[in-house]
Amino acid sequence: MFELLVISGKGGTGKTSLVGALAMLAKNKVLVDCDVDAPDLHLLLHPEEESSNEFWGGYKASINIERCTRCGLCEEACRFEAIKDFRIHPVFCEGCGVCFRLCPVGAVEFKQLAVGYWYISRTNFGPLVHARLGVGEENSGKLVTVVRQAARNLARERGLNLIIIDGPPGIGCPVISSLTGVSLALVVTEPTVAGKHDLERVINLARHFRVPTVIAINKFDLALEKSEEIEKYCAQQGLEIVGKIPFDEEVNRALSRGQSFLTVKHSKAACAVTSLWEKLQVRLGS
Amino acid sequence: MKVAVASGKGGTGKTTVAVSLALALGGSVPIQFLDCDVEEPNGHLFLKPVYTREEEVTLLVPEIDENKCNYCGTCAKICNFNAIAVAGRKVLVFPELCHGCGACSRFCPEGAIREVPFRIGVVASGRAGSIEMVEGRLDIGKPLAPPVIKAVKKHAQPDKDVIIDAPPGTSCPVVAAINGSDFCLLVTEPTPFGLYDLKLAVEVTRELGIPCGVIINRSTSTDGDVEKYCYQEGIPVVLKIPFDQRYAACYAQGHPLVLKFPEWIPAFKELWQRIVGMVKKGV
Ligand code: SF4
Ligand code: SF4
Ligand code: SF4
Ligand code: SF4
Repeated sequence: MFELLVISGKGGTGKTSLVGALAMLAKNKVLVDCDVDAPDLHLLLHPEEESSNEFWGGYKASINIERCTRCGLCEEACRFEAIKDFRIHPVFCEGCGVCFRLCPVGAVEFKQLAVGYWYISRTNFGPLVHARLGVGEENSGKLVTVVRQAARNLARERGLNLIIIDGPPGIGCPVISSLTGVSLALVVTEPTVAGKHDLERVINLARHFRVPTVIAINKFDLALEKSEEIEKYCAQQGLEIVGKIPFDEEVNRALSRGQSFLTVKHSKAACAVTSLWEKLQVRLGS
Repeated sequence: MKVAVASGKGGTGKTTVAVSLALALGGSVPIQFLDCDVEEPNGHLFLKPVYTREEEVTLLVPEIDENKCNYCGTCAKICNFNAIAVAGRKVLVFPELCHGCGACSRFCPEGAIREVPFRIGVVASGRAGSIEMVEGRLDIGKPLAPPVIKAVKKHAQPDKDVIIDAPPGTSCPVVAAINGSDFCLLVTEPTPFGLYDLKLAVEVTRELGIPCGVIINRSTSTDGDVEKYCYQEGIPVVLKIPFDQRYAACYAQGHPLVLKFPEWIPAFKELWQRIVGMVKKGV
């Protein structure tokens, strides 16, 4: 089974639009949205939910006011400043359990909560596994792991040999959970100073976890000299550029209709992504 | 005043807004710019600060004294983040997973656990002209951004106007960045992705009780849906920056908008005054 992760480091480089297009090109695959705190892929794929599952995240503490003797021990011990005036703010509680174990009168309740949902859905382009984490919640990495496992199980059940993952931005916990163990990471960047800076960080992250990496430059023609800088950098690093996608107004126009730009035949972006997909298939070994 | 600049979706122009605001105000009042997008800090690419100090951000993680430990397994059972495992006569610590909560050292019955600092990032501070700048950087391969963000925010001075560049998304790093702000600017773009993620970001600010206003970047004739949503929710649209090829090129080269296009300075100054007004009135 081949797992292809599409990430970007910097947000807004066109990662989800690219995944939406790959969804139309690739056959026999499971699609996964691992950007669990701001998932967008469903806006392109219009999934029909087949099953929805609760995500049990970490624990949260709360104080039973009637039992609490206001000794203040818990507030002093909590390292996350989640306790104030004998009340625990759920957004700041990291669920470590220190207060619960410490309270001399058993006034702290400590429960695991459902903090999100994950879904298996049907789309015109194959099954989609996606999720939604409650706002302000932690454990996005854990939810990513759950979603990826569900996708692998689904692929096995249905005899599909490719998983395409839309990853989260950044380099932190949900990105690390998305990256570990994938077969190939496709990093989508843009020709800007910030795009190049963030690309370097995410490449180093992929290297840290020993994940083979290829690059795509989106809207490469908006700043040709910056694109060249990125190409030079990738050459130095021994990284293949599998595609350069031109700026194309059809991308956003199609998006506002809730469609992938690939539906606009012969558009500049569609042609570029089609040839990108051909190069990727070589890497996927098919 | 402490104003956070956030956006559910990445790449909507959050840093452009934060940097422009800092530069527009910078000449007249003391400004602190806190780059809390510690996974991908970009503010420095535009403000080009000179950093004069760098401090490590560490988390306290357990270290086991093998002479005292009797391998009872309590620490592994207590740790809610799977950061300690006891296997036979060996205690394994996974510092990357540790949240530094202190539960294991506090409750080890043998007193065999000492806490030692473990580096997860750095905070750099210095100046960019009249702007005081502090930037957090999460080390590559370390998952926990919130402690680095909190370390950056410790530098905030109460007598200064503080502008916070927050990370994208809606989960714990965003909460850590915008918590305690007087106002939150949410930068969006008029696309279905932008609108969907804006709604999630609004929920975060409400959860924290922070008033917010929306900036539509790359504004075109397709702003309608975003405006309708803001109107329905009673959220003011405080600024629109039109889509312009020249602005995109300016951004690509790493130039701040208000330096290349000074005609935008008054708009950002007015924006700040409007925010001050809204915060004072308590809306
Ligand atoms: S569980 Fe931990 S983080 Fe939550 S309130 Fe108790 S001590 Fe604080
Ligand atoms: S430790 Fe228990 S009794 Fe003491 S303040 Fe906290 S909840 Fe109340
Ligand atoms: S709780 Fe203390 S004594 Fe028990 S295994 Fe852990 S370190 Fe060793
Ligand atoms: S400090 Fe907390 S998170 Fe870290 S190992 Fe100990 S119990 Fe686990």
